[in-house]
Order: sequence, then C-alpha cells, then structure tokens
Amino acid sequence: MAISLEQIRADFPILQNGAVYLDSGATSLTPTPVVEAVTKYYTDYNANIHRGLYDWSVEATEGYEGAHKTLAAFVNAEHVEEMIFTAGTTSALNVIASMTTANMQPGEEIVTTLLEHHSNFVPWQKAAEAKGLVFKTINVQEDGCLDLEDAKQKITSKTRVVAFTAVSNALGVLTPIKELCALAHENGAIAVVDGAQHIPHFKVDVQDMGCDFYAFSGHKMYGPTGTGGFYARREHLLNMEPVVFGGDMISEVTIQASTWNELPWKFEAGTPHIAGGIGLGVAADYMTSVGLETIEQHEQDMTAYALEVFGTLDGVEVYGPTDPLKRIGVVSFGIGGMHPHDVAELLNRKHIAVRAGHHCAMPLMDHLAIPGTTRASFGIYTSKDDIDALAEAVEYTKSIFTV
Amino acid sequence: MTHSHDAMTEELYRETILDHNANPRNNGPLDDASFSEASLNPSCGDRFTLHVKLSEDGSSVEAVRFEGIGCAISTASMSLFSEKLTGMSVEEVRQLDKQFVYDLLGVPISAAREKCALVSLKTAQTGLRLFEGRDA
Repeated sequence: MAISLEQIRADFPILQNGAVYLDSGATSLTPTPVVEAVTKYYTDYNANIHRGLYDWSVEATEGYEGAHKTLAAFVNAEHVEEMIFTAGTTSALNVIASMTTANMQPGEEIVTTLLEHHSNFVPWQKAAEAKGLVFKTINVQEDGCLDLEDAKQKITSKTRVVAFTAVSNALGVLTPIKELCALAHENGAIAVVDGAQHIPHFKVDVQDMGCDFYAFSGHKMYGPTGTGGFYARREHLLNMEPVVFGGDMISEVTIQASTWNELPWKFEAGTPHIAGGIGLGVAADYMTSVGLETIEQHEQDMTAYALEVFGTLDGVEVYGPTDPLKRIGVVSFGIGGMHPHDVAELLNRKHIAVRAGHHCAMPLMDHLAIPGTTRASFGIYTSKDDIDALAEAVEYTKSIFTV
Repeated sequence: MTHSHDAMTEELYRETILDHNANPRNNGPLDDASFSEASLNPSCGDRFTLHVKLSEDGSSVEAVRFEGIGCAISTASMSLFSEKLTGMSVEEVRQLDKQFVYDLLGVPISAAREKCALVSLKTAQTGLRLFEGRDA
C-alpha cells in the first residue's frame, strides 16, 4: 500500500481498544474525519436544508447537496441528479422494487438469485405476489458461484427486472455484473444491482457495468449508519412516479393534484439524515484518498491470506470458491459439529468480533443445507495479525467442543 | 472487553450442556402429539419443533419430544426442558418463567443468547396457548 496500514488504522481510534474486528460486512468502522464531519453539523450549522434563508441553512444545503455530487462522481454517474440518498440499501431496494414494478402486468417476470440478501429478495417476492408476476431465482453452482447458464435460461423476453447482488454478503462471491446487465438488456429488462457488499471494495463505475439501478449503504463504506442511496439512470427517474410523498419532494400542491420537484429531490421526501449524508460524502472522499485500487488490492490480499490460513485448519470447512479471485472481503466457515452461534460466542471470548447465522440469506443457506455459517469479513484496516488471531481462536473453540 | 471470561467459558459449556447438545434427550417425532409447535428464532437459523402429548383430560403433560437443529445452548435448553416438562400439570407449564430455564441450564446467559436459552419455554407456552385457544 502506498499509504501504510498503520496510518489507516490510526484513523480508526476504536481499534485501539484491543478488539479484533472482523465484521465489516455487517458494518464498517468509522474513521475520524467522518465522525468529525457529522459532529460539526450539530455543533456548527445545525439547520434544515432547502429554503432556509440564513447562513446555517445555506451551509447545510451546500453540504448535503455537495455529498450527492461526491457520491455521483464516486460511482461515475453521468449526471449528478442520478444520485438519490436513502436510509441505506434496504430502503433503496424497497423503493426501487415498488417503482419499477408499478406498471408491470400479470405474467411478466422478475428474476433474482439465490445469493441475495433478504433485502433484494423479499421486496421482489412481495411485488410478484401482489401483482401476479412470476418470481424466478437464478441458481448457484456447488461452490456458491452464480450459474450463468441458468441465468440464460431464467431471463426471457417476459422478464422486466433482473435484480442481483454484485457481491454475496454470506459468501463474498463475486457475480458477473456486466454479463447479467447485458442479459437483462438483451431481453428488454432493467438491471438492478445490490452494491452493498461491492462499493466498500471496488472502484464503482455504473456506466461501465451498464446497470439501471445500483443500491448501496453508507455504513458499509466507512460512513454513518442510516445513510446510503441508489444510482438510477436519468431516463428511469424522469419516467417513474415516486412512492414516498411529503415535504421537499413536491413542486406544487393544490386540493386537486400535486406535481413533483426536480431530480433528485422528487425521490427524497421529508427531512433527510443531513449530518449522515454529509458524513457519507466525507467517507467517499476518505476512500478516494486511501485509493480505490489500494483498497481492492488490500481486501483481495486479506481474503487470499484468510483462505490460505483456513486451508491449514483441521475440521474447518470454508464455504464458497477456493479461488480468492472469485470472491472478496468474506470468509464464511463451519466447524464440524458446532453451531455457528456457539463458534461466534467462543470467538468473542477471545475478543474477536464475527457474525454468525444465516446472514439474511436463508434461501442460500437452505440450498447449502446448513443452518448458517460463521463469517469473518474484512475492511481497509484488517491486518494479517487479525486473521492469525482468528485462526488461533478457532483452534480454541474446537478445543472446547473437542472437535 | 476484558480477559476475565475464560473461567465463565468453561462453565458455560460445561459438561451438562455439551452432553445434552451432543446427545439430546427426547429427540425425535411423536406420533400421537396433542400439539406440535415450531420455534421462531430467526436471527441464528435455529429451527425446532416441539411435540407435546397431553393426558386424556388435558390437565397434564404425558410425553414430550422435539426435532430440529440449533446451537448448543438452544439444543440443551430443549433437551433439559423436555425432561422437566414430562409429567407436569398444564397449569404449572403456564406459570413457568424464564428463571426456571436459566436454573436448568445453570450457567450465565448473555443478552445475545437469551433467545437461544428460552426457545424451549417460549415454544411450549406458545404451543399450549394456541392449542387451548383452538379447543375453546
């Protein structure tokens, strides 16, 4: 790394308390510049945005709108107004599902995958149920990678939406984003990408991917919780009706009818998380300052190292592909005869924070025929020492259960 | 975080729990159950079904079996609880509280494991309530 790991870790004072944090896939830690930016809003210019004719409100508006510009550039959107802020990926995907299925007809198809987090699965399943749509899921291969041949079968001329994750939260598996977007478009469907586990690790280029929508969370990319949003191609935003109504999203309201504000505000009703949105912009800048290639390389290195170390542990099964280039940021594993909950609790006794359970991906767990996994996930501050500590603690949990 | 947990850890996974986890009692189907209730512990993916056979007059528990998989705490909870439940009066089952299960497990239960520990009690009482509601 051009910038040293020590320098990065110094930006995350919480790491000094001695915990080994391996749960960045659930939420990343927050660097000092982001914490300071959020605090500064409350201490220096705590005002609502838009239409305030005084300095604080102007500063808040500029900060919040500036964060939209930062994020639009961060994902390489063609236009600034293609960036909508929401409370995170879940709210983004719910809104996208409501809007894109609004005019769909019974018998038309939604295609998603077995790798999805529930938040990119249930909203589509419910929309299909409500509107008489056909809900299909693309299978995975034995190693957890998406079955592209199956995708070619499932996506048809009746398909209107293909919704898929760019990186599996449960296994860290990468999906073929460009191929899936192209398949969707060849069949006249739109492509919705869940970028929650993708944006923390890669330089995102929505134009290069060719997606129509890209949803993400701020709190997985070193920003505050309750932030995030989605990119959408402008033509969709112009043509779609909003599904959340209220203040700031309207142009004019009469007893007879209402008209909508210009993009992107048409899709941001109510007072938003202003401090959080500003903090999200700072988080994106922070990642840019570290270097997105540097981040990707580091996370790839940590993933490869973890796979290597786990390969030497007896009685431990790592789920997902063995090729580190087919995955990123996550090592999900099982220890023979031990429930993931017990593993995680024992790891916690050694001050190691991991996640255990179905990871909000119950269809995938059913497919793998396991109740859940123990998942270690990595961020820009993760070190080889962290992974060594995990491996040592795994041996300890085995000794308790005498595996 | 402190380093004082190791003694507790040994205690937590002491022999009883490990034994009931590895060899759960009353494990399996029950053909003539009065009611069967599925557990709901969505955070960790535990899935149990508790089968209960009541006496003919419906006043006491005659037999208990359970099926499914879960973590060591929840499996031991189901196993230990099933042993105690057998022979109990329905009224007693209704009155049972959390402490009854905690005493059975005999180890400190952290907030994160409360759902695991109480899965047996909750499933039994929910099943009983629904069964009696159906009867009424």
